[in-house]
Amino acid sequence: MSWVDIGALDDIPAQGARVVRTKLGCVAVFRTADDQVFALADRCAHKGGPLSEGIVHGHKVTCPLHNWVFSLETGEAQGADSGQVPTFPAKIENGRVLLDAARLQQESAA
Amino acid sequence: MQKLVVIGAGMASGRMLEHLFEAAPGAWDVTLFNAEPRGNYNRIMLSPVLSGERSYEEIVTHDAAWYESHGVTCRFGERVVGIDRARKEVIGENGTVAYDKLVIATGSEPFMIPLPGRDLDGVIAYRDLEDTNRMIEAAAPGARAVVIGGGLLGLEAAAGMRLRGMEVTVVHLMGHLMERQLDPAAGYLLRRALVDRGIEVLCSANSKEILGENGKVRALMLDDGTELPCDLLVMAVGIRPAATLGREAGLAVGRGIQVDAQMRSSDPDVLSLGECVEFEGQLFGLVAPLYDQAKVAAATLLGEEAVFTPREVSTKLKVTGCDLFSAGDFAEGPGREDIVFRDPARGVYKRLVLEENRVIGAVLYGDVADGNWFYGLIKDGTDVSDMRETLIFGPAFQGGAPADPMAAVAALPADAEICGCNGVCKGAIVAAIQNGASTLDAIKATTKASASCGNCAGLVEQVLAVTLGDDFVAPSARPMCACTDHPHEDVRRLIKAKEIKSMPQAMQELGWKTPNGCHSCRPALNYYLIADWPLDYKDDPQSRFVNERNHANIQKDGTYSVMPRMWGGMTTPDELLAIAAAAKKYNATVKVTGGQRIDLLGIKKEDLPYIWADLNAAGMVSGHGYTKGLRTVKTCVGTDWCRFGTQDSTGLGIKLEKRLWGSWTPHKFKLAVTGCPRNCAEATCKDLGVVCVDSGYEIGVGGAAGMELKETEPLAKVATEQEVIDITVAFLQLYRESANYLDRPYKWIAKTGGLDWIRAQVVDDLENRAALIARFDISQSIYQKDPWAERATPEYQRAWAPLADLTQEAAE
Repeated sequence: MSWVDIGALDDIPAQGARVVRTKLGCVAVFRTADDQVFALADRCAHKGGPLSEGIVHGHKVTCPLHNWVFSLETGEAQGADSGQVPTFPAKIENGRVLLDAARLQQESAA
Repeated sequence: MQKLVVIGAGMASGRMLEHLFEAAPGAWDVTLFNAEPRGNYNRIMLSPVLSGERSYEEIVTHDAAWYESHGVTCRFGERVVGIDRARKEVIGENGTVAYDKLVIATGSEPFMIPLPGRDLDGVIAYRDLEDTNRMIEAAAPGARAVVIGGGLLGLEAAAGMRLRGMEVTVVHLMGHLMERQLDPAAGYLLRRALVDRGIEVLCSANSKEILGENGKVRALMLDDGTELPCDLLVMAVGIRPAATLGREAGLAVGRGIQVDAQMRSSDPDVLSLGECVEFEGQLFGLVAPLYDQAKVAAATLLGEEAVFTPREVSTKLKVTGCDLFSAGDFAEGPGREDIVFRDPARGVYKRLVLEENRVIGAVLYGDVADGNWFYGLIKDGTDVSDMRETLIFGPAFQGGAPADPMAAVAALPADAEICGCNGVCKGAIVAAIQNGASTLDAIKATTKASASCGNCAGLVEQVLAVTLGDDFVAPSARPMCACTDHPHEDVRRLIKAKEIKSMPQAMQELGWKTPNGCHSCRPALNYYLIADWPLDYKDDPQSRFVNERNHANIQKDGTYSVMPRMWGGMTTPDELLAIAAAAKKYNATVKVTGGQRIDLLGIKKEDLPYIWADLNAAGMVSGHGYTKGLRTVKTCVGTDWCRFGTQDSTGLGIKLEKRLWGSWTPHKFKLAVTGCPRNCAEATCKDLGVVCVDSGYEIGVGGAAGMELKETEPLAKVATEQEVIDITVAFLQLYRESANYLDRPYKWIAKTGGLDWIRAQVVDDLENRAALIARFDISQSIYQKDPWAERATPEYQRAWAPLADLTQEAAE
């Protein structure tokens, strides 16, 4: 893996998200109430809504367009809905948020 | 038809009339006197009204309309001055009424200790709605109250006033609180719980004199010279039967009006029941025996056989969070044995008093779940020798493994009492279910179970569930969401009553089942906290739906629409030039809206702070076209231009919008002001619409033109613009304070039972109207700010742009 620093943890509001532009489209980087980070494609599996603007609760996010709920851990739609949003490795080191750039490039190549 | 006169509209006489009308409708010509200027309410629920957990409307049992529907002539607010038994007439202040049978149900009077100064203003009892309202009115933060009396009523008064922010001291003559219901150990735990809530408790304290200043109470002085300063002094030291009328009429009166087991006084044509009677030397203050008396009195009037037998009573303290139960006799004595369970860390204390292998008394503190079971053992005189070792652990531990509560309910015999207040046994509830009652409300209506204090509602639901099996539909008040069992109404009430001022506190205190809620409850909680505690609560953007967090309306492609405010639908060439320039610069689609404004569509999130800065520079602010809040005030040109216009509808619309903008509401709120009944501004389908006429302004509310189409209902007709503005502000504030999140006004109005209650609050009661307006203005002092101006800054420009751009690096 080649980790790339995308910014400080404090740049992301708790229970919120920021967007990172990549070759394959925007990636939403979420920060949960317990200060963990998760990266998912910023496109709802339903109608492409920006998940980064959803309400974050527990380790889940609700899409702002039609209230589909996705697990931040697996990218899987919850409840009666079925669908999957790509997830990407993310971690925090010394207060900085890191994404796996290799993975992002690999997918963009795919 | 026989003539029946009833003196006193209380819980006992109301219940008696119910029995009477049920058994023999139309058999009696009934006249009802009541000194209080209203019908009958559930007096035991005054404490939840005081604490703010219930409203007065919720505790009304028989209002004037109920009596009217049963043909009762009501003489409310009229005192009875005498009874002429020789002529069989009741003498009221406004004339006499003849009777064949008379029922005296005058209840009780609070006992006022004859202390010097007891006539001072601010010295009250705790007995009726007037007293309750006095306490509510006095409850300014920092105001001080002293309660004399550490019994049930005194403590409920103290806790209620404390919940409303007052500094409260309880002064109790005896060595521990509630000494008639509790032993010293439980009294100690109760005292500790009250002290933890910030209530000062003085036991073994003897009051000496009430001190005043300019005719108003200033302090209570104890016999050791201590002065306790107070703005309000509540005496709750007991009640005495109101037997004066009976005594003056020459009836046999001891401490109360003496009655036989058929509730007849010494004159067979005069019956008496309730707290004013004395039966075999005994007085009655709790509701259960009063309802038994009501049943017997009705039977006697109908010429049926019935016998009143006093029964064991149990007591619960209605202070949210202090769980306390007592029943029977728990004084120590020869031949009596105790079983005691203590868990100090959890604050649990249970004590059973046994005599000859039977339970004769129970005191539970902290965990009262088994109270009814112990009460049953006391009442039935069950021999408990076989279960003595595990008795204190309750029914779940009798005979092996702990049973689930449903099985325990299923195992109850048909004559097991479920509702102690109304004496309803399980068999009666099952019978009602078999006759078609399938909800808690239906059971309440048909059997009265859980209709008084409501503590047994859970038990009644379990009986429903056991009896109906899969057909049982969970209670109608649906929880807010899967994170909680509380419906919206409870959450709103408890946020006010418990002074919950933050989201974590709300979730902790109200037992949320998820760590931080969900997309459904968080916006609702955030709104409730904003509305109830504008000065204390800090808005949480992360609990806002995207539109309110980003102050723009998200569109299907993830871009936003931007809509500046146009006061009353008026604009200027300069504003239009600025809008046109912004539309060009940010490549927007331009749409004229139904709310008389211009919408710019297709704006990217990172451009929002920039376009706002441009529009701000031209003097425009956010139109809040994206909020559950004040949207727009649509107007027509009115007398400025129109040949039919009757008033300055545009000017009034602008005034309203300038006053209301920026406020958050349970759902979106739209207004219109139209200059004549031709209604060009379409005011009659708005949340609030004003139709101008020659003589003034007609205000209608509760319209809708969305998923449902509804015409407004008339709220008031007024003569001046100022009245329109005042009533509008008061209506909006009442809606803000009491509606469920996401209920538009028409839904809220339907849930409050129609416009009468709202009209009384915002139109008729001027003082209340002013109070609502004052609370609205406090909220506006925080929230009437242009969110665009606050966000058209470099910080937001940075924060709303992508955190990083890896497209460049990927290309390297």
